[in-house]
Amino acid sequence: MNIHAGLTHYLVVSALLFCLGLLGVVGRRNLLVIYMGLELMLNSANLALVAFSRFNNNLNGQVMVFFVITVAAAEVAVGLALIVALYRRRQTAHVEDLVSLKL
Amino acid sequence: MPQPTDLLFYAFAGLTLMFGFLCVANPLSRNPVTSAMFLVLTIVSMAGLFVLLNAFFLAAVQILVYAGAVMVLFLFVIMLLDLQEEERRRLNRVALGLGGVAILGLAGILVRAMTSGTAEGVGTPAVEGSTAELGRILFRSYLLPFEIVSVLLLVAMVGVILLSKKELK
Repeated sequence: MNIHAGLTHYLVVSALLFCLGLLGVVGRRNLLVIYMGLELMLNSANLALVAFSRFNNNLNGQVMVFFVITVAAAEVAVGLALIVALYRRRQTAHVEDLVSLKL
Repeated sequence: MPQPTDLLFYAFAGLTLMFGFLCVANPLSRNPVTSAMFLVLTIVSMAGLFVLLNAFFLAAVQILVYAGAVMVLFLFVIMLLDLQEEERRRLNRVALGLGGVAILGLAGILVRAMTSGTAEGVGTPAVEGSTAELGRILFRSYLLPFEIVSVLLLVAMVGVILLSKKELK
């Protein structure tokens, strides 16, 4: 593997970061930390898009990242409001306490 | 010989991965506030990677939106929920080990797929003044998605206000 930081290096960092986010989603049982793992996965996809955009000299990838960041901000707001509403009903933010479909 | 930008890449990539690991699997603390703080550090080091990729506007947006707005929301909700019992819970070691092995396998497959091919870019990697060009593309080719995203933000805002009311009817 080349020592100079090329497209492959950025893609490997992005893949490892995606796996770290997945580890957070699979391994942790707190709803908020699971949400942070989701944010990490979105960010790793952003990194891959920006790297492709740079090394292919095409700015459309950066526009895509701009939209992903905006949608992620809206998604975080709605998701956290859902977590707060759930916490009001059940007094917990722990996924193992939330196993029934009925509230 | 490695260039200074290569050394910066390795520094920021190492920092990003280290802080990301400490965010999701901190061996010392399972407090969500610690995770949130390490997520801020992950995002800031990733903004450094964006700068190395000449995406200056996106680096600024990353810090403003993620490290600013989103993390304030996270911390606000963590403080609102009073999550102290997380510390006392015991982990299911078998499930954690199996999940870790599966994710290690996925990481191996992804890294192998990305290093085996000849995935080098085609163009010359030099986009100067990319912020002005980005704005031009955003407001010419992508004007309709831009407006739709603004409507999406409005919808999210109304939805959050509705969800946060005391009683849901």
